[in-house]
Amino acid sequence: MHEERSFEPETIVGHAGNGCSSEQLFPAPESPDTSHVDLSVDLAGVPLKNPVVVASGTFGFGREYGQFYDLSELGAICCKGLTLHPRQGNPAPRIAETPMGILNSVGLQNPGVDGFIAHELPLLQRSDVKVIANISGDTPEEYGVMCERLSAAGVDMIEVNISCPNVKAGGMAYGTRPELAAEVTKMAKSHATVPVMVKLSPNVTDITEIARAVADAGADALSLINTLRGMRIDVSSRRPILKMNVGGLSGPAVLPIAVRMVWEVACAVKLPILGMGGVSTGEDAAQLMLAGASAVAVGTALFADPYAPLKVRDGLAAIAVQQDLSAVNMLTGGIRPW
Amino acid sequence: MPIQQTCTVASMTQLDGVTWWMTLEAGKLVSDHGLSGGQFLHIKCGDGQLLRRPISVAITGWDEPEDLVTLIFEVRGEGTKWLSQRKPGDTLDVLGPLGNRFDVSQPGRYLLVGGGIGVPPLIEYGERLQWPRTAVLGFRTGSKAFPCITSRFQDHCEQTFLCTDDGSLGRHGFVDAQVRDLLEKEKSFTAILACGPKPMLKSVAKVASEFSVPCQVSMEERMGCGIGACLVCAVPMKDGTMKHACKDGPVFDAEEVDWDA
Repeated sequence: MHEERSFEPETIVGHAGNGCSSEQLFPAPESPDTSHVDLSVDLAGVPLKNPVVVASGTFGFGREYGQFYDLSELGAICCKGLTLHPRQGNPAPRIAETPMGILNSVGLQNPGVDGFIAHELPLLQRSDVKVIANISGDTPEEYGVMCERLSAAGVDMIEVNISCPNVKAGGMAYGTRPELAAEVTKMAKSHATVPVMVKLSPNVTDITEIARAVADAGADALSLINTLRGMRIDVSSRRPILKMNVGGLSGPAVLPIAVRMVWEVACAVKLPILGMGGVSTGEDAAQLMLAGASAVAVGTALFADPYAPLKVRDGLAAIAVQQDLSAVNMLTGGIRPW
Repeated sequence: MPIQQTCTVASMTQLDGVTWWMTLEAGKLVSDHGLSGGQFLHIKCGDGQLLRRPISVAITGWDEPEDLVTLIFEVRGEGTKWLSQRKPGDTLDVLGPLGNRFDVSQPGRYLLVGGGIGVPPLIEYGERLQWPRTAVLGFRTGSKAFPCITSRFQDHCEQTFLCTDDGSLGRHGFVDAQVRDLLEKEKSFTAILACGPKPMLKSVAKVASEFSVPCQVSMEERMGCGIGACLVCAVPMKDGTMKHACKDGPVFDAEEVDWDA
Protein backbone atom coordinates (compact mmCIF):
# COMPACT_ATOMS: atom_id res chain seq x y z
CA MET A 1 0.00 0.00 0.00
CA HIS A 2 2.67 2.48 1.00
CA GLU A 3 4.67 2.02 -2.14
CA GLU A 4 1.66 2.37 -4.38
CA ARG A 5 0.60 5.54 -2.65
CA SER A 6 4.04 7.07 -2.89
CA PHE A 7 3.65 7.12 -6.67
CA GLU A 8 0.58 9.32 -6.50
CA PRO A 9 2.10 12.79 -6.18
CA GLU A 10 -1.28 14.57 -6.20
CA THR A 11 -2.48 12.57 -3.24
CA ILE A 12 0.62 13.35 -1.28
CA VAL A 13 0.55 17.06 -2.09
CA GLY A 14 -3.15 17.24 -1.30
CA HIS A 15 -2.82 15.58 2.07
CA ALA A 16 0.39 17.35 2.98
CA GLY A 17 -1.21 20.66 2.06
CA ASN A 18 -3.93 19.94 4.57
CA GLY A 19 -1.38 19.46 7.29
CA CYS A 20 -2.21 15.81 7.74
CA SER A 21 0.06 13.50 9.64
CA SER A 22 1.86 10.66 7.95
CA GLU A 23 -0.63 8.27 9.47
CA GLN A 24 -3.41 9.84 7.46
CA LEU A 25 -1.17 10.01 4.44
CA PHE A 26 -0.71 6.27 4.62
CA PRO A 27 -3.95 5.13 6.18
CA ALA A 28 -4.29 1.67 7.61
CA PRO A 29 -6.01 -0.83 5.35
CA GLU A 30 -9.78 -0.46 5.55
CA SER A 31 -10.33 -3.91 7.00
CA PRO A 32 -7.78 -4.54 9.72
CA ASP A 33 -7.24 -8.09 10.91
CA THR A 34 -9.72 -8.42 13.75
CA SER A 35 -9.55 -12.17 14.12
CA HIS A 36 -7.73 -11.94 17.47
CA VAL A 37 -10.38 -9.64 19.03
CA ASP A 38 -12.69 -11.37 21.49
CA LEU A 39 -16.16 -10.22 20.45
CA SER A 40 -18.09 -12.16 23.06
CA VAL A 41 -20.04 -10.34 25.74
CA ASP A 42 -22.19 -11.34 28.68
CA LEU A 43 -25.69 -9.93 29.03
CA ALA A 44 -27.14 -10.75 32.44
CA GLY A 45 -25.57 -14.18 32.37
CA VAL A 46 -26.50 -14.91 28.76
CA PRO A 47 -23.32 -15.33 26.70
CA LEU A 48 -23.51 -13.59 23.32
CA LYS A 49 -20.93 -14.45 20.67
CA ASN A 50 -20.82 -10.77 19.75
CA PRO A 51 -22.45 -7.64 21.19
CA VAL A 52 -24.73 -6.95 18.22
CA VAL A 53 -28.40 -7.72 18.74
CA VAL A 54 -31.23 -6.88 16.36
CA ALA A 55 -33.94 -4.72 17.87
CA SER A 56 -37.46 -5.92 18.50
CA GLY A 57 -39.91 -5.00 15.78
CA THR A 58 -37.34 -4.49 13.05
CA PHE A 59 -36.39 -8.10 12.40
CA GLY A 60 -39.65 -10.05 12.66
CA PHE A 61 -38.78 -13.56 13.80
CA GLY A 62 -35.70 -13.77 11.64
CA ARG A 63 -37.14 -15.47 8.57
CA GLU A 64 -36.79 -12.52 6.21
CA TYR A 65 -33.28 -11.32 7.02
CA GLY A 66 -32.26 -14.96 7.27
CA GLN A 67 -32.51 -14.94 3.47
CA PHE A 68 -29.55 -12.55 3.37
CA TYR A 69 -27.22 -14.07 5.96
CA ASP A 70 -27.00 -16.80 8.55
CA LEU A 71 -28.69 -15.72 11.76
CA SER A 72 -25.82 -17.23 13.74
CA GLU A 73 -23.76 -14.20 12.70
CA LEU A 74 -25.73 -12.16 15.24
CA GLY A 75 -25.25 -11.91 18.98
CA ALA A 76 -28.97 -12.28 19.64
CA ILE A 77 -32.36 -11.64 18.09
CA CYS A 78 -34.96 -9.60 19.95
CA CYS A 79 -38.13 -10.95 18.42
CA LYS A 80 -41.08 -8.89 17.27
CA GLY A 81 -43.11 -7.80 20.31
CA LEU A 82 -45.53 -10.45 21.53
CA THR A 83 -48.82 -10.13 23.34
CA LEU A 84 -50.86 -12.82 25.06
CA HIS A 85 -53.36 -12.89 22.21
CA PRO A 86 -52.74 -12.20 18.52
CA ARG A 87 -53.03 -8.56 17.46
CA GLN A 88 -53.64 -7.08 14.02
CA GLY A 89 -51.97 -3.77 14.83
CA ASN A 90 -52.82 -0.27 13.64
CA PRO A 91 -54.22 0.92 10.29
CA ALA A 92 -51.78 2.11 7.60
CA PRO A 93 -49.89 4.30 6.92
CA ARG A 94 -47.72 2.97 9.70
CA ILE A 95 -44.46 4.64 8.69
CA ALA A 96 -43.19 8.11 7.86
CA GLU A 97 -39.71 9.32 7.07
CA THR A 98 -38.26 12.25 9.03
CA PRO A 99 -34.87 14.00 8.98
CA MET A 100 -32.43 11.12 9.72
CA GLY A 101 -35.24 9.14 11.28
CA ILE A 102 -38.49 7.30 10.82
CA LEU A 103 -41.77 7.32 12.69
CA ASN A 104 -43.67 4.06 13.05
CA SER A 105 -47.02 3.08 14.44
CA VAL A 106 -47.21 -0.64 13.74
CA GLY A 107 -49.07 -1.25 16.99
CA LEU A 108 -47.69 -4.61 18.08
CA GLN A 109 -49.09 -6.70 15.25
CA ASN A 110 -48.09 -10.25 16.23
CA PRO A 111 -49.30 -13.86 16.22
CA GLY A 112 -49.62 -14.02 20.01
CA VAL A 113 -47.28 -15.79 22.39
CA ASP A 114 -48.66 -19.27 21.63
CA GLY A 115 -48.47 -18.72 17.87
CA PHE A 116 -44.86 -17.63 18.30
CA ILE A 117 -43.97 -20.69 20.37
CA ALA A 118 -45.67 -23.05 17.93
CA HIS A 119 -44.65 -21.58 14.58
CA GLU A 120 -41.67 -19.25 14.94
CA LEU A 121 -39.52 -20.31 17.89
CA PRO A 122 -38.62 -23.80 16.58
CA LEU A 123 -37.06 -22.29 13.44
CA LEU A 124 -35.13 -19.75 15.49
CA GLN A 125 -33.88 -22.42 17.83
CA ARG A 126 -32.41 -24.30 14.90
CA SER A 127 -30.01 -21.37 14.42
CA ASP A 128 -27.03 -20.88 16.68
CA VAL A 129 -28.25 -17.53 17.99
CA LYS A 130 -29.66 -16.38 21.31
CA VAL A 131 -33.39 -15.71 21.26
CA ILE A 132 -34.81 -12.83 23.27
CA ALA A 133 -38.61 -12.74 23.37
CA ASN A 134 -40.13 -9.28 23.70
CA ILE A 135 -43.49 -9.07 25.50
CA SER A 136 -46.19 -6.46 26.12
CA GLY A 137 -49.20 -6.95 28.35
CA ASP A 138 -52.41 -5.16 29.17
CA THR A 139 -52.12 -6.21 32.82
CA PRO A 140 -49.25 -7.32 35.08
CA GLU A 141 -50.84 -10.79 35.13
CA GLU A 142 -50.52 -11.06 31.34
CA TYR A 143 -46.79 -10.38 31.63
CA GLY A 144 -46.60 -13.20 34.17
CA VAL A 145 -48.42 -15.71 31.97
CA MET A 146 -46.25 -14.89 28.98
CA CYS A 147 -43.04 -15.16 31.01
CA GLU A 148 -44.07 -18.59 32.21
CA ARG A 149 -44.90 -19.91 28.74
CA LEU A 150 -41.83 -18.43 27.07
CA SER A 151 -39.46 -19.68 29.77
CA ALA A 152 -40.91 -23.16 29.41
CA ALA A 153 -40.55 -22.93 25.62
CA GLY A 154 -36.84 -22.29 26.01
CA VAL A 155 -36.16 -18.69 24.98
CA ASP A 156 -32.81 -17.42 26.26
CA MET A 157 -34.09 -14.18 27.71
CA ILE A 158 -37.24 -12.12 28.00
CA GLU A 159 -37.37 -8.43 27.18
CA VAL A 160 -40.28 -6.83 28.99
CA ASN A 161 -41.68 -3.99 26.96
CA ILE A 162 -43.18 -1.39 29.26
CA SER A 163 -42.71 1.36 26.75
CA CYS A 164 -44.51 0.79 23.46
CA PRO A 165 -45.74 4.22 22.35
CA ASN A 166 -48.17 2.73 19.84
CA VAL A 167 -50.76 0.96 21.96
CA LYS A 168 -53.34 2.51 24.21
CA ALA A 169 -53.72 -0.08 26.96
CA GLY A 170 -50.75 -0.87 29.17
CA GLY A 171 -47.82 -0.18 26.91
CA MET A 172 -46.23 3.09 27.75
CA ALA A 173 -48.26 3.72 30.92
CA TYR A 174 -46.20 1.01 32.64
CA GLY A 175 -43.02 2.63 31.43
CA THR A 176 -43.72 6.13 32.65
CA ARG A 177 -44.77 5.40 36.26
CA PRO A 178 -42.12 3.89 38.54
CA GLU A 179 -44.55 1.97 40.76
CA LEU A 180 -46.26 0.35 37.74
CA ALA A 181 -42.92 -0.44 36.12
CA ALA A 182 -41.84 -2.13 39.36
CA GLU A 183 -45.08 -4.10 39.59
CA VAL A 184 -44.72 -5.46 36.07
CA THR A 185 -41.06 -6.29 36.68
CA LYS A 186 -41.87 -8.23 39.85
CA MET A 187 -44.60 -10.15 38.08
CA ALA A 188 -42.27 -11.01 35.19
CA LYS A 189 -39.46 -12.04 37.51
CA SER A 190 -41.68 -14.27 39.62
CA HIS A 191 -42.88 -16.19 36.54
CA ALA A 192 -39.72 -16.30 34.40
CA THR A 193 -36.96 -18.85 34.77
CA VAL A 194 -34.71 -17.03 32.29
CA PRO A 195 -33.16 -13.57 32.71
CA VAL A 196 -35.60 -10.67 32.49
CA MET A 197 -34.57 -7.47 30.75
CA VAL A 198 -36.88 -4.46 31.02
CA LYS A 199 -37.09 -2.07 28.07
CA LEU A 200 -37.31 1.55 29.14
CA SER A 201 -39.14 4.41 27.51
CA PRO A 202 -37.33 7.66 26.75
CA ASN A 203 -40.66 9.48 26.98
CA VAL A 204 -40.16 10.37 30.63
CA THR A 205 -38.76 13.32 32.56
CA ASP A 206 -36.12 11.27 34.37
CA ILE A 207 -35.28 7.84 33.00
CA THR A 208 -33.11 6.99 36.01
CA GLU A 209 -36.17 7.10 38.26
CA ILE A 210 -37.79 4.27 36.26
CA ALA A 211 -34.47 2.45 35.96
CA ARG A 212 -34.03 2.42 39.74
CA ALA A 213 -37.59 1.24 40.31
CA VAL A 214 -37.13 -1.61 37.85
CA ALA A 215 -33.72 -2.53 39.25
CA ASP A 216 -35.08 -2.58 42.80
CA ALA A 217 -37.91 -4.83 41.61
CA GLY A 218 -35.37 -7.42 40.52
CA ALA A 219 -34.77 -6.93 36.80
CA ASP A 220 -31.68 -8.72 35.47
CA ALA A 221 -30.93 -6.19 32.73
CA LEU A 222 -32.25 -3.04 31.10
CA SER A 223 -32.66 -2.20 27.45
CA LEU A 224 -32.98 1.35 26.20
CA ILE A 225 -34.14 3.36 24.49
CA ASN A 226 -37.51 2.57 22.97
CA THR A 227 -38.74 5.06 20.37
CA LEU A 228 -39.56 8.70 21.11
CA ARG A 229 -43.07 9.91 20.45
CA GLY A 230 -43.14 12.05 17.34
CA MET A 231 -45.35 13.37 14.59
CA ARG A 232 -45.15 14.47 10.98
CA ILE A 233 -47.81 16.44 9.13
CA ASP A 234 -48.38 16.65 5.37
CA VAL A 235 -48.70 20.38 4.94
CA SER A 236 -50.80 20.27 1.77
CA SER A 237 -53.44 17.88 3.13
CA ARG A 238 -52.94 19.04 6.75
CA ARG A 239 -53.10 15.37 7.70
CA PRO A 240 -50.54 13.56 9.84
CA ILE A 241 -48.70 11.02 7.67
CA LEU A 242 -49.39 8.27 10.22
CA LYS A 243 -52.98 7.07 10.45
CA MET A 244 -52.55 6.99 14.25
CA ASN A 245 -51.42 10.64 14.08
CA VAL A 246 -48.38 10.05 16.29
CA GLY A 247 -45.78 7.31 16.34
CA GLY A 248 -42.36 6.33 17.61
CA LEU A 249 -39.23 8.02 16.28
CA SER A 250 -36.11 5.94 15.63
CA GLY A 251 -33.02 6.15 13.45
CA PRO A 252 -29.79 8.18 13.60
CA ALA A 253 -31.73 11.24 14.80
CA VAL A 254 -32.20 9.62 18.23
CA LEU A 255 -28.65 8.31 18.75
CA PRO A 256 -27.45 11.22 20.94
CA ILE A 257 -30.49 10.82 23.17
CA ALA A 258 -29.82 7.10 23.47
CA VAL A 259 -26.16 7.70 24.36
CA ARG A 260 -27.13 10.26 26.99
CA MET A 261 -29.79 8.04 28.54
CA VAL A 262 -27.59 4.94 28.57
CA TRP A 263 -24.93 6.98 30.35
CA GLU A 264 -27.42 8.35 32.89
CA VAL A 265 -28.86 4.91 33.58
CA ALA A 266 -25.43 3.28 33.77
CA CYS A 267 -24.47 5.85 36.41
CA ALA A 268 -27.69 5.25 38.34
CA VAL A 269 -27.96 1.45 38.47
CA LYS A 270 -25.58 -1.50 38.36
CA LEU A 271 -27.54 -3.63 35.87
CA PRO A 272 -26.18 -4.67 32.48
CA ILE A 273 -27.60 -2.56 29.66
CA LEU A 274 -28.57 -3.39 26.09
CA GLY A 275 -28.17 -0.01 24.42
CA MET A 276 -30.08 0.95 21.31
CA GLY A 277 -31.33 3.94 19.39
CA GLY A 278 -30.06 5.01 15.97
CA VAL A 279 -27.09 2.66 15.73
CA SER A 280 -25.89 2.21 12.17
CA THR A 281 -22.09 2.02 12.46
CA GLY A 282 -19.49 0.47 14.71
CA GLU A 283 -18.69 3.92 16.04
CA ASP A 284 -22.34 4.47 17.03
CA ALA A 285 -22.28 1.15 18.86
CA ALA A 286 -18.98 2.02 20.54
CA GLN A 287 -20.51 5.24 21.86
CA LEU A 288 -23.31 3.30 23.53
CA MET A 289 -20.84 0.80 24.97
CA LEU A 290 -18.54 3.50 26.28
CA ALA A 291 -21.60 5.10 27.87
CA GLY A 292 -22.21 1.84 29.70
CA ALA A 293 -23.94 -0.67 27.44
CA SER A 294 -22.82 -4.30 27.51
CA ALA A 295 -24.37 -4.97 24.12
CA VAL A 296 -26.10 -2.91 21.44
CA ALA A 297 -29.15 -3.41 19.27
CA VAL A 298 -29.43 -2.38 15.63
CA GLY A 299 -32.92 -1.68 14.31
CA THR A 300 -33.90 1.03 11.86
CA ALA A 301 -30.53 0.78 10.08
CA LEU A 302 -31.68 -2.62 8.77
CA PHE A 303 -34.23 -0.96 6.52
CA ALA A 304 -31.53 0.93 4.67
CA ASP A 305 -29.10 -1.98 4.69
CA PRO A 306 -30.04 -5.56 5.60
CA TYR A 307 -26.38 -6.19 6.42
CA ALA A 308 -26.14 -3.28 8.89
CA PRO A 309 -25.84 -5.48 12.02
CA LEU A 310 -22.87 -7.35 10.55
CA LYS A 311 -21.21 -4.07 9.55
CA VAL A 312 -21.75 -2.73 13.07
CA ARG A 313 -20.16 -5.89 14.48
CA ASP A 314 -17.17 -5.61 12.15
CA GLY A 315 -16.90 -1.89 12.86
CA LEU A 316 -16.76 -2.55 16.59
CA ALA A 317 -14.04 -5.13 16.07
CA ALA A 318 -12.05 -2.64 14.00
CA ILE A 319 -12.35 -0.03 16.75
CA ALA A 320 -11.08 -2.58 19.25
CA VAL A 321 -8.05 -3.17 17.04
CA GLN A 322 -7.42 0.56 16.65
CA GLN A 323 -7.55 0.99 20.41
CA ASP A 324 -5.43 -2.08 21.12
CA LEU A 325 -8.21 -3.83 22.99
CA SER A 326 -8.15 -7.60 23.13
CA ALA A 327 -11.91 -7.76 23.72
CA VAL A 328 -14.81 -5.50 22.74
CA ASN A 329 -16.34 -5.80 26.20
CA MET A 330 -13.47 -3.59 27.38
CA LEU A 331 -15.35 -0.68 25.79
CA THR A 332 -18.27 -1.00 28.20
CA GLY A 333 -18.35 1.91 30.62
CA GLY A 334 -15.04 3.21 29.31
CA ILE A 335 -16.29 6.77 28.88
CA ARG A 336 -13.98 9.49 30.23
CA PRO A 337 -16.50 12.16 31.16
CA TRP A 338 -15.35 15.74 31.73
CA MET B 1 -35.14 -15.16 -2.69
CA PRO B 2 -34.17 -11.48 -2.69
CA ILE B 3 -30.58 -10.36 -2.92
CA GLN B 4 -28.76 -7.06 -2.60
CA GLN B 5 -27.59 -6.07 -6.07
CA THR B 6 -25.57 -3.13 -7.30
CA CYS B 7 -27.22 -1.92 -10.50
CA THR B 8 -25.77 0.51 -13.01
CA VAL B 9 -27.98 3.11 -14.64
CA ALA B 10 -27.92 2.36 -18.38
CA SER B 11 -30.23 5.15 -19.51
CA MET B 12 -32.49 7.89 -18.20
CA THR B 13 -35.31 9.35 -20.28
CA GLN B 14 -37.66 12.02 -19.02
CA LEU B 15 -41.21 11.41 -20.25
CA ASP B 16 -42.67 14.58 -18.75
CA GLY B 17 -42.05 16.94 -15.82
CA VAL B 18 -42.37 14.22 -13.20
CA THR B 19 -42.15 10.90 -15.05
CA TRP B 20 -38.95 9.03 -15.79
CA TRP B 21 -38.01 5.95 -17.79
CA MET B 22 -34.91 4.43 -16.21
CA THR B 23 -33.11 1.38 -17.50
CA LEU B 24 -30.76 -0.51 -15.22
CA GLU B 25 -28.06 -3.07 -15.79
CA ALA B 26 -29.21 -5.44 -13.08
CA GLY B 27 -26.74 -8.29 -12.81
CA LYS B 28 -28.60 -11.58 -13.11
CA LEU B 29 -31.73 -10.40 -11.29
CA VAL B 30 -33.87 -11.49 -14.24
CA SER B 31 -32.09 -14.56 -15.61
CA ASP B 32 -30.97 -16.13 -12.33
CA HIS B 33 -33.35 -14.65 -9.77
CA GLY B 34 -36.53 -14.57 -11.80
CA LEU B 35 -37.38 -10.87 -11.57
CA SER B 36 -40.37 -9.99 -13.73
CA GLY B 37 -42.67 -7.08 -14.49
CA GLY B 38 -45.06 -6.14 -11.70
CA GLN B 39 -42.63 -7.11 -8.95
CA PHE B 40 -40.65 -4.34 -7.31
CA LEU B 41 -37.13 -3.32 -6.46
CA HIS B 42 -36.40 -1.65 -3.11
CA ILE B 43 -33.93 1.08 -3.97
CA LYS B 44 -31.66 3.06 -1.67
CA CYS B 45 -32.11 6.70 -2.70
CA GLY B 46 -28.97 8.39 -1.43
CA ASP B 47 -27.59 8.79 2.06
CA GLY B 48 -30.14 11.44 3.01
CA GLN B 49 -33.07 9.01 2.85
CA LEU B 50 -33.12 6.29 5.47
CA LEU B 51 -35.86 4.34 3.80
CA ARG B 52 -35.52 2.62 0.48
CA ARG B 53 -38.17 3.33 -2.14
CA PRO B 54 -40.18 0.47 -3.65
CA ILE B 55 -40.30 0.97 -7.42
CA SER B 56 -42.36 -1.31 -9.65
CA VAL B 57 -40.63 -3.11 -12.46
CA ALA B 58 -42.03 -2.33 -15.91
CA ILE B 59 -39.94 -4.36 -18.33
CA THR B 60 -37.28 -7.03 -17.84
CA GLY B 61 -34.90 -8.57 -20.32
CA TRP B 62 -32.17 -11.19 -20.30
CA ASP B 63 -29.10 -9.57 -21.63
CA GLU B 64 -25.33 -9.90 -21.76
CA PRO B 65 -23.30 -9.17 -19.77
CA GLU B 66 -26.12 -8.01 -17.47
CA ASP B 67 -29.89 -8.24 -17.50
CA LEU B 68 -31.76 -5.04 -18.30
CA VAL B 69 -34.60 -3.77 -16.13
CA THR B 70 -36.83 -0.80 -16.92
CA LEU B 71 -38.44 1.24 -14.16
CA ILE B 72 -41.01 3.89 -14.98
CA PHE B 73 -41.62 6.14 -12.00
CA GLU B 74 -42.97 9.50 -10.96
CA VAL B 75 -41.20 11.98 -8.72
CA ARG B 76 -43.38 12.01 -5.62
CA GLY B 77 -40.95 13.13 -2.91
CA GLU B 78 -37.29 13.43 -1.96
CA GLY B 79 -36.40 9.80 -2.65
CA THR B 80 -37.84 9.63 -6.16
CA LYS B 81 -36.42 13.11 -6.85
CA TRP B 82 -32.95 11.77 -6.00
CA LEU B 83 -33.63 8.77 -8.23
CA SER B 84 -34.63 11.03 -11.12
CA GLN B 85 -31.29 12.83 -10.89
CA ARG B 86 -29.23 9.72 -11.59
CA LYS B 87 -27.13 9.69 -14.72
CA PRO B 88 -26.06 6.78 -16.92
CA GLY B 89 -23.11 5.06 -15.27
CA ASP B 90 -24.29 5.84 -11.72
CA THR B 91 -24.85 2.84 -9.48
CA LEU B 92 -27.82 1.97 -7.29
CA ASP B 93 -28.08 -0.24 -4.22
CA VAL B 94 -31.10 -2.44 -4.90
CA LEU B 95 -32.92 -5.24 -3.09
CA GLY B 96 -34.87 -7.62 -5.29
CA PRO B 97 -36.71 -9.46 -6.65
CA LEU B 98 -39.45 -8.49 -4.20
CA GLY B 99 -43.19 -9.03 -4.17
CA ASN B 100 -45.42 -11.54 -5.93
CA ARG B 101 -46.86 -11.48 -9.45
CA PHE B 102 -50.30 -11.60 -11.00
CA ASP B 103 -51.47 -15.19 -11.31
CA VAL B 104 -51.91 -15.89 -15.01
CA SER B 105 -51.59 -19.67 -14.82
CA GLN B 106 -55.22 -20.23 -15.92
CA PRO B 107 -55.70 -20.42 -19.68
CA GLY B 108 -58.28 -17.97 -20.99
CA ARG B 109 -58.76 -14.27 -21.72
CA TYR B 110 -57.44 -11.57 -19.43
CA LEU B 111 -58.49 -7.99 -18.88
CA LEU B 112 -55.67 -5.65 -17.90
CA VAL B 113 -56.73 -2.46 -16.15
CA GLY B 114 -54.14 0.20 -15.38
CA GLY B 115 -54.39 3.70 -14.01
CA GLY B 116 -51.72 6.40 -14.26
CA ILE B 117 -48.36 5.25 -12.98
CA GLY B 118 -50.06 1.87 -12.35
CA VAL B 119 -49.94 1.21 -16.10
CA PRO B 120 -46.20 0.42 -16.46
CA PRO B 121 -46.26 -2.64 -14.14
CA LEU B 122 -48.76 -4.19 -16.59
CA ILE B 123 -46.57 -3.73 -19.69
CA GLU B 124 -45.10 -7.24 -19.58
CA TYR B 125 -48.55 -8.74 -19.13
CA GLY B 126 -49.73 -6.71 -22.14
CA GLU B 127 -46.78 -7.74 -24.27
CA ARG B 128 -45.92 -11.27 -23.22
CA LEU B 129 -48.94 -12.98 -21.71
CA GLN B 130 -49.48 -16.28 -23.50
CA TRP B 131 -53.26 -15.77 -23.45
CA PRO B 132 -55.35 -13.24 -25.38
CA ARG B 133 -55.94 -10.02 -23.46
CA THR B 134 -57.64 -6.67 -23.57
CA ALA B 135 -56.28 -3.52 -21.94
CA VAL B 136 -58.09 -0.59 -20.36
CA LEU B 137 -55.68 2.21 -19.53
CA GLY B 138 -56.73 5.32 -17.66
CA PHE B 139 -54.94 8.62 -17.25
CA ARG B 140 -55.70 11.96 -15.65
CA THR B 141 -55.22 13.68 -18.98
CA GLY B 142 -54.08 12.82 -22.51
CA SER B 143 -50.55 14.12 -22.05
CA LYS B 144 -49.94 11.46 -19.38
CA ALA B 145 -50.72 8.66 -21.85
CA PHE B 146 -47.19 8.32 -23.17
CA PRO B 147 -47.24 6.60 -26.59
CA CYS B 148 -44.00 4.75 -25.72
CA ILE B 149 -46.10 2.93 -23.10
CA THR B 150 -49.60 2.76 -24.59
CA SER B 151 -48.30 1.52 -27.96
CA ARG B 152 -46.87 -1.55 -26.25
CA PHE B 153 -50.40 -2.53 -25.26
CA GLN B 154 -51.91 -1.51 -28.61
CA ASP B 155 -49.35 -3.67 -30.44
CA HIS B 156 -50.01 -6.83 -28.44
CA CYS B 157 -53.51 -6.75 -26.95
CA GLU B 158 -56.68 -7.68 -28.83
CA GLN B 159 -58.11 -4.30 -27.94
CA THR B 160 -56.73 -1.35 -26.00
CA PHE B 161 -59.08 1.27 -24.58
CA LEU B 162 -57.75 4.60 -23.37
CA CYS B 163 -59.68 6.70 -20.87
CA THR B 164 -58.91 10.12 -19.45
CA ASP B 165 -60.44 11.88 -16.47
CA ASP B 166 -60.75 15.12 -18.46
CA GLY B 167 -61.77 13.60 -21.78
CA SER B 168 -58.72 14.94 -23.59
CA LEU B 169 -57.92 11.51 -25.03
CA GLY B 170 -60.05 8.42 -25.57
CA ARG B 171 -63.09 7.88 -23.45
CA HIS B 172 -64.08 10.61 -21.01
CA GLY B 173 -64.24 9.08 -17.54
CA PHE B 174 -62.74 6.51 -15.22
CA VAL B 175 -61.60 3.02 -16.18
CA ASP B 176 -64.32 1.26 -14.19
CA ALA B 177 -67.00 2.60 -16.58
CA GLN B 178 -65.10 1.12 -19.52
CA VAL B 179 -64.62 -2.14 -17.62
CA ARG B 180 -68.37 -2.26 -16.92
CA ASP B 181 -69.19 -1.80 -20.63
CA LEU B 182 -66.79 -4.57 -21.56
CA LEU B 183 -68.12 -7.01 -18.96
CA GLU B 184 -71.73 -6.28 -19.94
CA LYS B 185 -70.88 -7.39 -23.48
CA GLU B 186 -68.45 -10.16 -22.63
CA LYS B 187 -68.34 -11.82 -19.22
CA SER B 188 -65.97 -14.59 -20.18
CA PHE B 189 -62.78 -12.98 -18.94
CA THR B 190 -60.70 -15.39 -16.89
CA ALA B 191 -59.49 -12.60 -14.64
CA ILE B 192 -59.00 -8.89 -14.34
CA LEU B 193 -55.47 -7.76 -13.50
CA ALA B 194 -55.55 -4.23 -12.09
CA CYS B 195 -52.86 -1.80 -11.00
CA GLY B 196 -53.36 1.83 -10.04
CA PRO B 197 -54.46 4.14 -7.24
CA LYS B 198 -56.54 2.57 -4.48
CA PRO B 199 -59.85 4.33 -5.34
CA MET B 200 -59.51 3.00 -8.90
CA LEU B 201 -58.76 -0.52 -7.67
CA LYS B 202 -61.74 -0.37 -5.36
CA SER B 203 -64.14 0.63 -8.14
CA VAL B 204 -62.73 -1.95 -10.56
CA ALA B 205 -63.02 -4.62 -7.85
CA LYS B 206 -66.65 -3.63 -7.33
CA VAL B 207 -67.51 -4.01 -11.03
CA ALA B 208 -65.62 -7.31 -11.20
CA SER B 209 -67.55 -8.59 -8.21
CA GLU B 210 -70.89 -7.57 -9.76
CA PHE B 211 -70.07 -9.60 -12.86
CA SER B 212 -68.45 -12.42 -10.90
CA VAL B 213 -65.16 -12.05 -12.72
CA PRO B 214 -62.09 -12.88 -10.60
CA CYS B 215 -60.01 -9.76 -10.01
CA GLN B 216 -56.42 -9.38 -8.85
CA VAL B 217 -55.23 -5.97 -7.66
CA SER B 218 -51.70 -4.64 -7.19
CA MET B 219 -51.68 -2.43 -4.09
CA GLU B 220 -49.39 0.36 -2.95
CA GLU B 221 -48.54 1.11 0.66
CA ARG B 222 -45.78 2.98 2.48
CA MET B 223 -43.02 0.46 3.14
CA GLY B 224 -40.19 -0.04 5.60
CA CYS B 225 -37.96 -3.06 5.16
CA GLY B 226 -39.58 -4.25 1.92
CA ILE B 227 -39.09 -7.93 2.78
CA GLY B 228 -41.81 -8.68 5.35
CA ALA B 229 -39.99 -8.16 8.65
CA CYS B 230 -41.18 -4.78 9.89
CA LEU B 231 -44.93 -5.20 9.22
CA VAL B 232 -45.32 -1.58 8.17
CA CYS B 233 -47.08 -1.90 4.79
CA ALA B 234 -50.28 -3.36 6.19
CA VAL B 235 -53.21 -4.15 3.90
CA PRO B 236 -56.35 -5.11 5.86
CA MET B 237 -58.23 -8.19 4.70
CA LYS B 238 -61.98 -8.80 4.93
CA ASP B 239 -61.44 -11.61 7.43
CA GLY B 240 -59.91 -9.14 9.89
CA THR B 241 -56.30 -10.16 9.34
CA MET B 242 -53.52 -7.97 8.05
CA LYS B 243 -51.43 -8.84 5.04
CA HIS B 244 -48.40 -6.95 3.86
CA ALA B 245 -47.88 -5.34 0.46
CA CYS B 246 -44.19 -6.23 0.32
CA LYS B 247 -44.35 -9.92 1.15
CA ASP B 248 -47.93 -11.15 0.61
CA GLY B 249 -48.46 -8.68 -2.26
CA PRO B 250 -48.32 -6.32 -3.95
CA VAL B 251 -50.92 -8.44 -5.81
CA PHE B 252 -53.97 -9.52 -3.81
CA ASP B 253 -57.25 -11.21 -4.67
CA ALA B 254 -59.69 -8.27 -4.74
CA GLU B 255 -62.28 -10.40 -2.92
CA GLU B 256 -59.94 -10.74 0.08
CA VAL B 257 -59.21 -7.05 0.50
CA ASP B 258 -61.22 -5.00 2.98
CA TRP B 259 -61.99 -2.04 0.73
CA ASP B 260 -63.80 -0.13 3.45
CA ALA B 261 -60.98 -0.22 6.02
